[in-house]
Formats: sequence, structure tokens, C-alpha cells
Amino acid sequence: MRQTRRDFLKTITRGALVTALPLGAFKFLSPREARASVESTKVRWGFLVDTFKCVGCGFCVKACKLENEVPYDTPVTRTWVERYVILKNGRMLADTPMGGRDGFTDPKVQEEEINPKDIAKGFFVPKLCNQCENPPCVQVCPVGATYQRADGVVLVDRSWCIGCGYCIMACPYGVRFFHPVYHTAEKCTFCIHRLVKGMNTACVDACPFGARKVGNLKDPNDPVTQVILNQRVAVLKPEYGTKPQVYYIGLDENVR
Amino acid sequence: MDVYVHGLEWTLKELFVYPNEFIYWSIQIVMYPYMTGLVAGAFVLSSLYHVFGQEDLKDLAKFALVFSFALLIVAPMPLMFHLQHPMRGMEVFFTPHFTSAISAFGIVFFSYSIIVATEIWFVYRKFFVEQSMALKGKEGLVNRIKWLIYTALTLGAYDISPEALHKDEKAIKILAGVGIPVACFLHGYAGFIFGSVKANALWMTPLMPVIFIMSAIVSGIALCMLTYIIIMEWRKFRIRTSKKPWEMTAEEVGGVELDLMRKTSKYLIGFMIAAITLELLDLVFRGYTAVKSWDILRSIIYGKDFVNIFIKQYTFGNLIPFIMLLLPRPTVKRLVIALSLVLFGVFMMRWNVVIGGQAFSLTFAGYMHYKIPVIPHNMQTFKEGVTGALVIGIMPFVLFWGINKIVPSLKYK
Repeated sequence: MRQTRRDFLKTITRGALVTALPLGAFKFLSPREARASVESTKVRWGFLVDTFKCVGCGFCVKACKLENEVPYDTPVTRTWVERYVILKNGRMLADTPMGGRDGFTDPKVQEEEINPKDIAKGFFVPKLCNQCENPPCVQVCPVGATYQRADGVVLVDRSWCIGCGYCIMACPYGVRFFHPVYHTAEKCTFCIHRLVKGMNTACVDACPFGARKVGNLKDPNDPVTQVILNQRVAVLKPEYGTKPQVYYIGLDENVR
Repeated sequence: MDVYVHGLEWTLKELFVYPNEFIYWSIQIVMYPYMTGLVAGAFVLSSLYHVFGQEDLKDLAKFALVFSFALLIVAPMPLMFHLQHPMRGMEVFFTPHFTSAISAFGIVFFSYSIIVATEIWFVYRKFFVEQSMALKGKEGLVNRIKWLIYTALTLGAYDISPEALHKDEKAIKILAGVGIPVACFLHGYAGFIFGSVKANALWMTPLMPVIFIMSAIVSGIALCMLTYIIIMEWRKFRIRTSKKPWEMTAEEVGGVELDLMRKTSKYLIGFMIAAITLELLDLVFRGYTAVKSWDILRSIIYGKDFVNIFIKQYTFGNLIPFIMLLLPRPTVKRLVIALSLVLFGVFMMRWNVVIGGQAFSLTFAGYMHYKIPVIPHNMQTFKEGVTGALVIGIMPFVLFWGINKIVPSLKYK
């Protein structure tokens, strides 16, 4: 059979169209979508912080460091507490010595002596990983060593992390650091090893005032979900589009 | 295992900074875009001749091509020095996670290496064949080894008829043409690594890849010119001290051809203008739009990093060499000073991006200062200090010296 170039191209185009059109009926799923359609995802862990209840005792930081074996006397920590002091002239001062591990016993803030009469308001804000719905740290990992579980918790594989630090740079909340012993990226895991056993996170258990709560956001009857649904709550730095899942009651505009 | 907090040793914190914030990306991450920039720049310079037929760059083109290969081998080394687990570095090639800008490194780097190596092979194929023929059957161990190397490098292609060589030239042209976008991509994506970090207010701009490419070409051309001048002057000096005046030929007395340098510096000036324009556009735009981060950025740009940005980078690295290159009747001395300043300026630009981007806290209410370790006292301070940077800086010249023994890129006419 003799075939001209024109015939050949015609056949190819037709063939491509015939195969491509039915393929268009299929939808390409991202790995997460595919997993979600197979696995049962009845759990989405979220966190609730009531800043009105926090007194800055630092028990949560202590408990976290011991539970998760982050060397106690290093400045890096998976969770920390910040102290904010707003003066009557509008000036904001804040600090977090050793992540607030030993409480805030020094009246000096940012090495400044402050006259109590000048203070307009003061409060404490606990911080931890926001387990974002759209985590930039997972996006930028070059080897896929950090990943998001179906229940929303972002974890790091210590046996696979190359230690480039890109995820640390990508996190707008500064929750990541290099583990002083393993030298791989490290972060708060919502104590997932405890959650899966039906326990609370170490920081929640250590908090004497109930300022911290962890819950399943997919369960409408969960006390945490109830508060998030029915009360006025806020998240940190929503402008980055990360969709953080740690909610705060009484978040001040000064909080960074 | 050692217990240490990475970054603690060289980070000085001021005011309100999160507890986990340190200068995690130190001097090696300054060296990394600097080195890839030099690779891209050197390659673009050589392509100006091969693709666009800029005959005036013929002598420099061969040298620039071989030099860019030496630089290319060094380009991933700063990353290896920087990684906390360098032995796992290969994972980037084996399990790339494609939503990450760094994961493109494996593919871009390898495809680019193949292009450069293949182009060098086509440029030198005739030379390999000639060497292999000439050395065949010669006595002596050195000659035997040389013969083996060159015979292997011919890859069995011994046809050096005019038709075959013509085909070679065609292949070179295609490779150099394909190489330009790949070289720009190699460096543009290095800019993307920074420009896409939304958490960093200084880095996040879509202009970053373009700024990086322009300054890359500037630095690449400047380094090629400088190295060329130094090598040619050194040769001239050696010949003048070893030979009697009447034994020298006209070419040997010549040294640097200032005409060639004058023409090359025209390209350099063009790319410098493009780079500075983009950088200033970025700065003006940030100031004019003045979003939330501008207060802290302004205090860094016009305050803490003023000397680094406006004196070292813009004045010494751009303005002064710009004037020196524009002045008529260039001399070797003036060129050397101007080119060194250009290279210093591009280095400062990288520094101001990488270190400057970490000079302020994510709280926008505190600062971090990078105290670069000068004298190392452990592996960390060696790798991520002045010593580590010097090792990376010297490496391409050592490699070039070795590669140049096999593929001589600087020959007398």
C-alpha cells in the first residue's frame, strides 16, 4: 500500500483524537484525592487554644520536650509560649525565653524594664505546628520526606530527610527546626503516637488550665469542633493561604 | 552522634524572634547560586559565538565552554556541603518530589551536563582523532596513557573528512542553541527556589528568576574575561622571563588582546544594565506598594544592610566597574579591577538575597545577624564558614587546570 505523507498525518491526527476524546472523560486525581476516595477519613485532627486561659507556666513546653525527646536544654522546641506586652502608647513588646519552658519569671521584656503603669494589656500565646490543610513544607520537600497523613497531620520521615532546610524556610510560622541529635527536619506532630491510642497530646495533658485542646474536626459533636463552629475563633497568618488548623480564642491583632 | 543546634553558633538574635529561627541557609547557599550563575554565564558567552556567530568572540568561546564544564562539576558541591545528611543527597535524583523546586535540580543538572559534555566532544573531536593518530605506537608511559585517553575520547569516530567536520559544526550549533534555554532554566530555577518561598517577604517575587539569570550572565562573562586575562598575562610573563627577546614570536609577546576584551565587555555592560534595572524595579515596587512586610524590609534594606546593599553591591559592584568599563582606551589593569569588582558585586547580590532574606524574623518584630565562622573548630563551622566557601571558590580553577590538560582551550593562534 502506498502512503503519502499527507495520508500518514491524517491518520495520526484521527488516531490521536479517537484515543484522546474518551480519555478526557476521566478525571485525574491528586494522590490525596485518590487516597481520600479509598480510605475512610473520618478523622481530621485540629487544635484549639484559649489564650484567655494561658498563664505562661511553660508546663506544655516541658512536657513536649520530654515526651518527644527534643534535648531539654536546647533552645529549639516543638511548641512554645510567647509573652506579649502592649504599652499604653501602642508599642508592642514580646519574648519567649527558651520557648517559655521555665515560665516567665523575669519582669523584663526584650531586656527592657517596664513600668507596670505603662502597660495597657499583656497576655500569653502558645504556639505549635498548625498542621495546615495546604502545607507549604510538604510542597517544597525535594525528596518527599515530609508528608501529610489522611487525618491532616504532617510528619517527617527521619530516615529519608536529607536536611536541606527548605521546609524550615517555607514555614511561615517558624515551627520547624533541625533536630539536635538526628539532624533532620523536626516539628510538632500533634503527638500522633498518643492520639492514635486514644490519648491526648502531651501538652494538652500537661496544661493545668485547659488552655489547649485537641479534637477531631470531622466530628460535629467533638467539644473542639463545637467551639470552632459556635464561637468566634481565629487562625494565625491566614494571608499565606496555608489554611492552618490550630484555632485561637481571643487572638490579638498584635500576635505574630 | 553529635548533639548541636544547627545555626546556633553563627546566629545572633535581636528583639522578638521565634525560638526555632536561626540562619539555617548560610554561606554555602550563597555559593550555590553564585556557582550555577557562573556556569550559566560562561555557557551563554560561548554560545554567543556558536549560535549567533559573533566572530569577535571566537577565541573566548572555546575557553568559556571548557571553563563552564569545570564550573558545572563544582555547582552541586555547595549543596553537598550544606546538607545535614550529604550521604542522602542522591535521593533528590532517585525519589524526586516534583512539587519542590529543588527536585528539578537532578533533571536540569544532568540534561545540562550532557549538553555541555557533548558540545565539548564535538568541538574537540578532530583534536582527539589527531592526538590519537599522532601518539599511536610512541614509546614512554606518559605517551601510552595519553594515547589511551584520547583514543577512548574519540569514541571510535575517526572520520575527520571535511563533510564529517561540517556535520560536527552543525551539531555544535544545535547543542549551543538548545543549551542557552537550558542554562537559563538551570539558573532561573535557582532563582525560583527563592522566589517561590511565600514565607519569606524578601524572596517572594516573580522577578527573582529573571534577576538571577541576568546577574548570572554578568558574573559568567566577567569571570571568563578575568580568567582569560590572568592566564594570558601569566603566559606572557613566563615567556618573557624564560626567553631571549630575539627568540620570541609576535604572538608570544602579545598577551591579552584588548580588542577582544573591549568587544566582550560590551555584552557584559548590556547584561549589567538589564540586571540592575530589574533589581531596582523590584526595590521601587516594594517601596511603592508597601505591604505588611515593608516596614521590616525597609529597616533591613535602608538600615541594617545598607552598607552591604548600597555601598558594596550597587556602588562597588555595579556603578564603579560600570564607569571603568565604559571609559575609552581600556588597559589590562583597569579591566582586571573592574571585572573583579563585578564578580564581587554579584557575590554581594547573592549574599544580600540569601543572608538578607534571613536577617529579619518571621515575627516582623526581630532581627537575626549572621556571624560567619572564620576559623573553624568543628565540621559545622568548617563547612558553613569562610573555609568551606574558599574550598568551593578554588575548586573550579583546579578542575579547569586538569581538564585543560586534556582539552586545551587556550592555544596560541
